[in-house]
Amino acid sequence: MSDFFTVSVLVATLASGIRLATPFLLAALGETIGQRSGVLNLGVEGVMLIGAFAAYYAALETGSATFGILMALAAGAVMGLVYALITVVLHAEQGISGIGIFLFGLGFTDLLFQKQVGTPIPIRGLQPIEIPLLSDIPHIGEIFFQHSLLTYVAFLLVPAVWFMINRTTFGLNIRAVGETPEAADTLGVSVNRTRTATIVIGNTFAGLAGGALALEVGIFQQNLTAGQGFIAVALVYFGAWRAFGVMAGALLFGIVSATVLQWKTLGIVSGAASSLTAMAPALLTIVVLVVVSRRSDAPAALTRPFDRAA
Amino acid sequence: MTNQTRTRRTSRVGFALLASVALIAAGCGGDDDDADDGDDAPAATDAPDDAPDTTDAPDAPDTTDAPDAPAATDAPAEPAEAFRIAIVAPSASNDLAFTQSIVDSVNRVGETREIEVDITDGTFIVEDAAAALRGYAEDGFDLVIAHGSQYGAPLQEIAPDFPDVAFAWGTAADTFGIPNVSAYTVRADEGGYVNGTIGAQLSESGILGVVGPIEVGDAKLYVDGFVAGAIAQNPDATVNVNYIESFSDVNLANEAAKAHVTNGADVLTGTAQMVVGATGVALEEEIPWFGTQSNQDDLGASIVVASQVYHWEVVLEDIIADIDGGTLGGGVHILTLENGGLVMEFNDAFGLDAGIQASAEQTIADLASGEISTGVE
Repeated sequence: MSDFFTVSVLVATLASGIRLATPFLLAALGETIGQRSGVLNLGVEGVMLIGAFAAYYAALETGSATFGILMALAAGAVMGLVYALITVVLHAEQGISGIGIFLFGLGFTDLLFQKQVGTPIPIRGLQPIEIPLLSDIPHIGEIFFQHSLLTYVAFLLVPAVWFMINRTTFGLNIRAVGETPEAADTLGVSVNRTRTATIVIGNTFAGLAGGALALEVGIFQQNLTAGQGFIAVALVYFGAWRAFGVMAGALLFGIVSATVLQWKTLGIVSGAASSLTAMAPALLTIVVLVVVSRRSDAPAALTRPFDRAA
Repeated sequence: MTNQTRTRRTSRVGFALLASVALIAAGCGGDDDDADDGDDAPAATDAPDDAPDTTDAPDAPDTTDAPDAPAATDAPAEPAEAFRIAIVAPSASNDLAFTQSIVDSVNRVGETREIEVDITDGTFIVEDAAAALRGYAEDGFDLVIAHGSQYGAPLQEIAPDFPDVAFAWGTAADTFGIPNVSAYTVRADEGGYVNGTIGAQLSESGILGVVGPIEVGDAKLYVDGFVAGAIAQNPDATVNVNYIESFSDVNLANEAAKAHVTNGADVLTGTAQMVVGATGVALEEEIPWFGTQSNQDDLGASIVVASQVYHWEVVLEDIIADIDGGTLGGGVHILTLENGGLVMEFNDAFGLDAGIQASAEQTIADLASGEISTGVE
């Protein structure tokens, strides 16, 4: 265990935790926006996969990771429009629709990958960007300021999302339609338009999360996200529908995962203990979810379709 | 030989189509009953999914595919004499790892006899694999291959229902006592040992890193063999092993490789389909990488030193010979360096030192002849 408590290993573990937290954070922030307006999207995983493939394929074809990011954003936005059509316009049940989106993303990306790429081909993904001066700070610089672009973007989006939800008129509308859509409608707020916007924004974030994943590892493979989208949905509950709470959850999950990886690498845990510790992030999330659920601040109209004519 | 190969990405493509239909149905005012209808078609595996097929007209879905019979009425022009082989495997046919190893091997069988091959890959959900296995058996394939140790339980239920169909299951060493089931496995520790000896000679830090999936089957054998080989070559070497407890989490494999590098590893290896995450780190850090299962040169010509390649055709030919002779199963078949089922392929582009390669080839010969052993049980 003493090997773990060395500065270099602790610094590497925290940096790794931040990297691992990035896709969760992006996806969970997007889902937070959607859920605050009353829309649950269990299809985050599928949208992440579509964003991941879009980013990977674009980068593979053009050699540009930046173009990959743009394609991930676009793919997410398109999926947002599709999900808005299904849930807002056609009033489909949100839980089932989300699962449908997930299955669609899983199958569609596998099909596209096999047809367009075939064998996994490595790409040059996102490279670390060292923030001038800050990255030179001993230890702190390595932990916080030597990451790829999308990691900085993810963490900068946290205060931005908080501000949008809590300090803007649009945010007020989001909260209104998420709590009492009928009242919001009476006051002239377009519930459907607001929800459509949050769904598109949320899915765009999810697409970007998938893109971050593919561009960080520089590869695409079937089911690349391996359940991360579902964890992102759980993190929204974990964070009590607040941007900073979601960030705390993503960081906790990422750092615990990184710690477990380091322990295994150093042989601190092995065999059955290794298998048990691999479950630690998920177990910890469940425990915190149970605790948090006791003071649930879930939007009152979450999962409730709004039909003005009804 | 004129051979036919069909690939079905059944579960995934089926899911995609099913999901699309379900979404539209649900959205068009359908109530729960609509969704239920969708749920009642688990033959996700059996949905009309011919799109990925590169040999069948991709834009002309095969309308003769009955939902529950994967290869229903393919009846090609002259299949009467072709030996019909079906493969059900957990990952993509071209994953450069486990699934590709069996697909490539079956194709090599096709070089010596006429075969018709139907593949259902990507069935990491065991229930989907079970549906595909049953479908192939119902369709009367000559040999149905369940390529994944996780498929044992469904195979144990399905095989007795089709006593006239031969099944092969791997990697496994148990036939459950069912007469129409053959098992196949691999002494992956042998190639792992060879890779370990080379790795120890290439490592300057004396620290080698291994990214494993779950500590079972051929993955465990390979990892144990690699550790044994490295220590045999350099008793002072440290081999850090990290089982990430997943066969598919590419991101975690990527971070595990980074953790190895942080802790001083300057040689990396790994096994299973998620290693593409780890090879990215090796490529970025320009660290030598050792592959297994399939030739992994494509993952990084400059870093892949050697790959242990599974040539399942060695055991498949035995199994097929048994079937031709009227024995549908009961045997356990093992790939080894000795029987040619394991082949070490060196990557010329890496430029391995001739002396090291010569010593590796001597190790291969010694393992094959039984002069030395890996010590792995």
